[in-house]
Amino acid sequence: MADLVSHPDEVKVVTRRFGKGATNIDRYLELDGYKAVQKALGMEADAIINEVKNSGLRGRGGAGFSTGMKWSFVPKQSAKPKYVLCNGDESEPGTCKDRLIFEHDPHAVIEGVTIGGLAVGARSGYIYIRGEYRYLSIIMQKAIRDAYAKGFLGRNIFGSGRDFDIYWHGGAGAYEVGEESALMESLEGKRGIPRIRPPFPAVVGLWGGPTVINNAETLASVPHIVLGGAEWYAKLGPPKNGGTRLFCLSGNIAKPGVYELPMGYSLKKMIYEVGGGIPNGRELKAVVPGGSSTPCLTADEIDINMDFDSVAKAGSMLGSGGVVVLDDAQCIVKFALRTMQFYQHESCGWCIPCREGTDWLKKTLMRFHSGGGVKKDIDNMQYLSENMLGRTFCPLGDAAAMPTIAFVKKFRKEFEDHLEGRPCPYEKEGAIEQLPVLAH
Amino acid sequence: MRFSDEFEARFAEMVPHYPTKRSALVPTLLYAQDEVGFLSDEVIQELAGRLDLTELEVRNVISYYSMLTTKPRGKFNVQVCTNISCLVRGGEEILHHCAKKLGVGHKGTTADGLFSLEEVECIGACSWAPAAQVNYDFHENLTTEKIDKVLDEYRKKATQ
Repeated sequence: MADLVSHPDEVKVVTRRFGKGATNIDRYLELDGYKAVQKALGMEADAIINEVKNSGLRGRGGAGFSTGMKWSFVPKQSAKPKYVLCNGDESEPGTCKDRLIFEHDPHAVIEGVTIGGLAVGARSGYIYIRGEYRYLSIIMQKAIRDAYAKGFLGRNIFGSGRDFDIYWHGGAGAYEVGEESALMESLEGKRGIPRIRPPFPAVVGLWGGPTVINNAETLASVPHIVLGGAEWYAKLGPPKNGGTRLFCLSGNIAKPGVYELPMGYSLKKMIYEVGGGIPNGRELKAVVPGGSSTPCLTADEIDINMDFDSVAKAGSMLGSGGVVVLDDAQCIVKFALRTMQFYQHESCGWCIPCREGTDWLKKTLMRFHSGGGVKKDIDNMQYLSENMLGRTFCPLGDAAAMPTIAFVKKFRKEFEDHLEGRPCPYEKEGAIEQLPVLAH
Repeated sequence: MRFSDEFEARFAEMVPHYPTKRSALVPTLLYAQDEVGFLSDEVIQELAGRLDLTELEVRNVISYYSMLTTKPRGKFNVQVCTNISCLVRGGEEILHHCAKKLGVGHKGTTADGLFSLEEVECIGACSWAPAAQVNYDFHENLTTEKIDKVLDEYRKKATQ
């Protein structure tokens, strides 16, 4: 079980029931549980969608698309059943927040999925949890059973005359399945190969029916919006970036942990005050602000606000909230290599630019790290990455290319320090030969 | 091919949750693997039959997911994360330590069949890095001393 942390600057919305025993349904009810869904049952579908739209809630999985807008794209009339799909395939390196939501507040996810269902006119929803999170699947399955037993799910929920079912679904180890179309393929019992869009899932999704797909944190935020109101939620963050965000601080930081901070919180304060700064007398070298797919920021670039628009303006992405901090003892070439090994391992091979690009980049970075880099490869890596951008069905290709471009552009000197037989200046002598070789 | 009653109950409950039978495939494969230890030819044949799929279709799915395996592995599968958050906090050191202690490399199994070792991608323990999973149990904020204790505990568990 993961440790909880806290800081006075936190604004507890999604985390307000953490550590309070809310996995127990009766305890959850004492903590205002299932009030939101009952309120939503008395609202028109469009009113729920408008409330979520006006709250400024944007997708917490990484893309940051307006949740209310996404819901509004689902057609009112559909010959095929509509679905809500909760994406709990959390696997973006640096991200460990949905894990805490499932562990401490599983009923909030159930409420969020149900409210989503009421808003788009779906009668069933699925909660997809990655296979590695077995203990969370057990917690979630129990929560679903308890909700059925109370009449909060199934036929005639809360005596409203409306029906809504929620089912658990489990993965078996695949990063790419966190991408929405691959997630649907996986749920349908197939390889997690992405689908071409359009049609978008809101129109043609699971088993051909209109499907709303939201991240677990997004859905867990919804009940709070319905209860507290759009205006209250929107005001927690800057314009168009409503609410709070679970930031997962990790890496070379004194107090790593998952902190719920208002959208737009200063990255500098997050690192030096909330996270307690860089330990061991080291200096900050770089930050990956939103999971491994997001371009890194240098120590000079951290004076920014952590909301979708501000981070985008700074040339990166808020992404999934995984803030990975690197101190000056870290080798960027090695970090870039490990990042690329990951994408090469996870690429499904469906799109050639991603399949070949990640492999070439990995091999080139390996050569650099072992001291065999050649100068022209520095530009080649950038060129190769730039040519992967936007040329794949799913964003995995972009996710591999974007951080690589930033590493090369912002830390060119470190790549130059690895040229022509020079061993990595950051490694202990003789350490290079021990580098693990990842299986594919 | 016989599975446990627990597996059968789970399978019977799960299949009607979906409009198509094959949708139950991925979680079912993992549950089957948990029981048998790996996805044997017999398991593949059985599940293909139950879900109206060809064996090839099932194998095609198995090869995509990193947790699924068609080869037997140790009773305790030690999965050490070396992805970025773990990397900068000594994940590789933990991996090398385990390799040395167990005497096996990536995807290797000890001669007594007790342990397998695997270098894995991000397991969602970034804020508690470096981390590893032994089967489904998380072990976090690891040091070489701590992982030694963890492995000893499992060894003890096996002899009990």
